[in-house]
Amino acid sequence: MVGSDDRSAQAAAPPGGGDPSRSPHRQGSASNETARRLAMLRDMARIRAFEHEAVAAMRSGQAPGVVHPSIGQEGVAVGVCANLRRADRITSTHRGHGHAIAKGADARAMMLELHGRAGGSCGGKGGSMHIADFAVGMLGANGVVGAGIPIACGAAQAIRLRRAVRSAEAAARLAGGQRNREPAGAEEDDAIVACFFGDGAVNRGPFLEGMNWAALYRLPVLFVCEDNGFAAFTRNSAVTAGGGPAVRAEACGVPAIAVDGEDALAVDAVAAELVARIRGGAGPQFLHARCYRWEGHTGTDAAAYRPAEEAAAARDRDCIRRLAAALATAGVAAEEIAAIEAEAAEEMASHRAAAMAAPWPDPGAAFSDVQDAGAPA
Amino acid sequence: MTRMSFAEAARTALAEEMRRDPLVWALGEDLAQGGIFGQYKGLAEEFGPDRIVSTPISESAIMGAGLGAALCGTRPVIEMRIADFTLCAMDELVSQIAKVRYMFGGQGRAALVVRMPQGMWRNSAAQHSQCLEAWLTHIPGLVVAAPGTPADAAGLLKAAIRSDDPVVLMEPKNLWTAEGEVPEAVEPVALGVARQVAQGDAATVVTWSACVPVVEQGARDSGVACDVFDLRSLWPWDEAAVIASARRTGRLLVVHEAVTVSGFGAEVVARVVEALGPGGLRAVERLGAPRAPVPFSPPLEDAMRMTPARVVQAIRRVASARH
Ligand SMILES: Cc1ncc(C[n+]2csc(CCOP(=O)(O)OP(=O)(O)O)c2C)c(N)n1
Ligand SMILES: [Mg+2]
Repeated sequence: MVGSDDRSAQAAAPPGGGDPSRSPHRQGSASNETARRLAMLRDMARIRAFEHEAVAAMRSGQAPGVVHPSIGQEGVAVGVCANLRRADRITSTHRGHGHAIAKGADARAMMLELHGRAGGSCGGKGGSMHIADFAVGMLGANGVVGAGIPIACGAAQAIRLRRAVRSAEAAARLAGGQRNREPAGAEEDDAIVACFFGDGAVNRGPFLEGMNWAALYRLPVLFVCEDNGFAAFTRNSAVTAGGGPAVRAEACGVPAIAVDGEDALAVDAVAAELVARIRGGAGPQFLHARCYRWEGHTGTDAAAYRPAEEAAAARDRDCIRRLAAALATAGVAAEEIAAIEAEAAEEMASHRAAAMAAPWPDPGAAFSDVQDAGAPA
Repeated sequence: MTRMSFAEAARTALAEEMRRDPLVWALGEDLAQGGIFGQYKGLAEEFGPDRIVSTPISESAIMGAGLGAALCGTRPVIEMRIADFTLCAMDELVSQIAKVRYMFGGQGRAALVVRMPQGMWRNSAAQHSQCLEAWLTHIPGLVVAAPGTPADAAGLLKAAIRSDDPVVLMEPKNLWTAEGEVPEAVEPVALGVARQVAQGDAATVVTWSACVPVVEQGARDSGVACDVFDLRSLWPWDEAAVIASARRTGRLLVVHEAVTVSGFGAEVVARVVEALGPGGLRAVERLGAPRAPVPFSPPLEDAMRMTPARVVQAIRRVASARH
């Protein structure tokens, strides 16, 4: 997580998340601004490198199950999460590696998770589609399209209720008993929830229910619709009537704004504005980020249902190269940028090697964490 | 002991839990109006609109928001209005709430309650009368409880709220106005512990929910001395008590309002047979509804209803069967 204030910097620092040297203040000198952008570039490069490894692992059969790469869409995850603090929560999707890494999740544990190994984010019980890292406020990827939307609404409601009842006895109660893992600073007064979902999700009922709900209760939620143009193998415009995601959100009273999701700095700037509004009590806001899914729906889908030129054009708009170009204009040396990318590639290759070397989970773990009462015998 | 209705007992228990723990809150349709059975009456006045949250008709959002709120450290009581409407929130209940703790490797729990009044009530017909407990006992991750008395309505609700597991509480719609003795200070009822209603050696009779008073009366009317158990919890359920009794009586009858086919009675019978061996019972019967929707017209609905008379006949069959 790039982190827009000190609090994220003070939290435990998994690779890329909350490292003080990489978490400069937004408001500051030109060099601070450059440092912030370098940190964004670094996270985008890390996401891409992570997913290159993840896709290779899936194709080779080393990672069981399915991986949904977000390569090409990194600017959305990072541009949004650059404006979040450790205490903020996010909900994510089946295509969620980028969101998790951008929020500061432990990339090594994620890599172990999608290899099904002990030491994975979820002990190998979730896999790529169910990665969660509660300690950094990442409330979970989701295998069900649109399912994160109501969950994000409820998370925001809980943040508000906890603020309202923050009394001595409540604090005492929270300190004992079974408590869910939480990010540092979870009691922050103006924490918000960012809710990521794809363009396909706007055709599900929970989208409508969630928009109305968030607006009705004026919840501190930033809805981020990553509009990559496709819902699995179908061009989403072919199955979506009317004016699309933003129009639907606005119809429910959630102000919406569109952004070029392939321009990380544009996402960063708009997200900064929306997050500030939400923290200020303005209620939910909607960010419609247009982008393009470079790879197939999964790591093994050749995406033969779309013209090759379309995907090639998207690669020419590469969000990472665009940010790198902006940094070069600001005087950052090409070697520094290359070093960031090389470091990211090295980090993720080493995570993959670690995953392949990691032990499998103890088979007994298959029967733990089901429930307390009536647990499997 | 105080005599009070099922709804009043449940309402009082929720109010006490909300006073005890400021992070307990409730969300559902029409809660500020007291809920459709009066089980939330007056709570909005005492606790305000942020803790008694009247929601839009958005079952997915009600269920899903309850989960998000539980993951972030509060203890929501999710009201589904009636069990049939849970079907509009099945993904949120079955694939989200029941799975998060497991899927995320124990990082968080969904410590919440889902209330879903169920069963026949005043000719509500096929879409408002279903008993779906067996759907939910089938789902790993969920605790399922089904009170049959006002005291247990209060005690199980308290237990459900304090549980760190997601607990589905299926209250019998037909009993909201039924009265019973409720202790002055209601303690949580241990989940998974049955209540023995009557004692006798002639047979073991197992029931729950709206059938509890029906079976109590049927057992009395039969003149046959049986062990009668109100299971109260369906997952986990009191296998030990039922198996011990069936071992002694050798005769087992399970009575429920739900459709017999694939009903929870099948699970009870199967477990007892597994425990006692194939020759361990001299008589066994499941008494439930035919595999038909619940009809509207009073005489048609009555044809589907569990009655003391049907229970009397079944008890006599089971108690007298010779094998
Ligand atoms: C409720 C539901 N229906 C269908 C699926 C199968 N599915 C998985 S991803 C996907 C496409 C989702 O498209 P979108 O929301 O645009 O997200 P993207 O994959 O483009 O990131 C589908 C249909 C699912 N996971 N959940
Ligand atoms: Mg899409």
